Amino acid sequence: MSWHALEFYFLALMACAFALAVVFAANVVRMAFYLILSLGATAGLFFLAGADFVGAMQLMMYVGGTLVLLVFGVMLTAQGPWVSIRTSGGEWVLAALVGGSLLAVLVPTAMRLDPAPNHEHAAVPGTAHKSENKAPDAKASTEPQTTRPTATRIGLGLIGAPTSGTSGYLLPFEAISIHLLVVLIGAAYLARPKRRARPKLVESDEA
Amino acid sequence: MLELFAIPLVKIVVLIGALMTVTAYLVLLERKMAAWVQDRRGPDRVGVPLTKIRLFGLGQPLADGLKFLFKEEFTPRHVEPLLYTLAPVVTLASALAIYAVIPMGDTLPLKIGASGANLSMVVAPGCDVGLLYIFALSSIAVYGVILGGWASNDKYSFLGGLRTSAQMVAYELPLGLGILGVVLVSGSLDLGKIIHQQADSGLWFAFTQPLGLVVFVVAAFAEAARLPFDLPECEQELVGGYHTEYSGMRLITFLIAEFMHMVTVSFLIVILFFGGWHFWGLTGSGPVESWGQGILRIGVLMAKVFGVILFFMMVRWSWPRFRFDQLMSLAWKVMLPQGLLNLALMAVLCEPFIAERIGSRHWGVFLLISWAVALLAWLVTALVQPSGPENSPQRVEPSI
Repeated sequence: MSWHALEFYFLALMACAFALAVVFAANVVRMAFYLILSLGATAGLFFLAGADFVGAMQLMMYVGGTLVLLVFGVMLTAQGPWVSIRTSGGEWVLAALVGGSLLAVLVPTAMRLDPAPNHEHAAVPGTAHKSENKAPDAKASTEPQTTRPTATRIGLGLIGAPTSGTSGYLLPFEAISIHLLVVLIGAAYLARPKRRARPKLVESDEA
Repeated sequence: MLELFAIPLVKIVVLIGALMTVTAYLVLLERKMAAWVQDRRGPDRVGVPLTKIRLFGLGQPLADGLKFLFKEEFTPRHVEPLLYTLAPVVTLASALAIYAVIPMGDTLPLKIGASGANLSMVVAPGCDVGLLYIFALSSIAVYGVILGGWASNDKYSFLGGLRTSAQMVAYELPLGLGILGVVLVSGSLDLGKIIHQQADSGLWFAFTQPLGLVVFVVAAFAEAARLPFDLPECEQELVGGYHTEYSGMRLITFLIAEFMHMVTVSFLIVILFFGGWHFWGLTGSGPVESWGQGILRIGVLMAKVFGVILFFMMVRWSWPRFRFDQLMSLAWKVMLPQGLLNLALMAVLCEPFIAERIGSRHWGVFLLISWAVALLAWLVTALVQPSGPENSPQRVEPSI
């Protein structure tokens, strides 16, 4: 078993185990903590696959952004010291239905994938020079500058640079930007200080 | 095997050992400095143990460390045991893991292994998303605070945790905006490449982006919870903070992590805005050729970082603490617009100037425009005062 496989199984096991822990834990903040670990392990899987940009984004968006808000919300709205959630039977059925259908889609898709999809990916750190035959490409393993800069490629692909050969996602990107801007303005509008007219001293009424 | 495991492991061991020692002695330096500012003597008694040799108090960090080690590890009965224990670990781990991508110099001409590459002074060299990684980890650091405050199951700790995490989340935005200008101009997220770019042009980003520098430094102070922004743990007014219920090793883990954040942002300030290891006419700008050059670059970087840390310490004893509402309005009403302005300015200036590389004949215009805009922005901020003082006791209208 190569190091790459070992690391993969470790991270995958961590992600799955902590995902289960989220389901079975009763305490809300503990749930959130297990979710952090599960998502962190997923980010580790991305890093392992050589998708460092996606991995860093996963850490930043989900672990560092969304979940902070979640924990924040839980803490601000919690009534007692230890909030615990009991899942009712109906929720179990509903969750099993939704999760099961997602699994039913994902498993066949994963099985249908080509095990060695692209020779281009052989240069990815982790797949090539962490395996046993690292003597030939020892040069590449200590020269990380030669590994693909994923961030640049993603950026170029997004704007549809001629080198990437794709049409680019500039229009959806712009649409999402506008959407987010609208959401931001809406949030700022909702959170604005309500301006009340200063209560004036009305003397005529007193008289 | 050697290149994959041995070299990074040795680097990690050396780095963490050095960081811990340096942190301990920086704390001593900070206390000495506080004493100097306040016209006291500071710690000067502890020297070689069991003798009368005082040694200017250099034994103090050692004594402090031992004290914390041998202190009773007291866990109050009302805490959440799992998260209470994990919170300091999360904080310290995320603070230390950041150093994986922070360069401690350039390279040393030491050939190890089959490849003929120089020994890089980074644990993870060539990390293409280095800055993103730093951001991801610094956003994880918030969890230690939130979880520690919550797991303590105590009102003061809980409120302290909320206060701290609100501050950190708020200042993450200006911190990112300050960096984005640099990323835009340098076109890379790799810290090593950003330094090389500044060395090549000879023009540090501090000169070309004064607005970004100020935004970043202020946000860095807030993220590291240094004095003008040290609401997370102001013992005098707000009963400690998220670590009120902690003692012994767990407390010092929190404190070390917090101090380490200051060292981290000092490194970032130097690397992003003050040219890293580069100094004009001293270090050269190309790849390292000799041992002397390599060591000189390490020395220059460390000297700059030390200077920034001294600045942090001076500020600590020069400024009073902000109030929480002032802190928030500074983040959202002053730093955020200035950061956005800096980003927009760099995006506009990038197009005509970067296309033909700064350092060519037009960089004077670039400097002029960016400084003019920065001065204008500061002037407008000073005139408008969006974070208005509102300090004066106000006369309450008598309600009838």
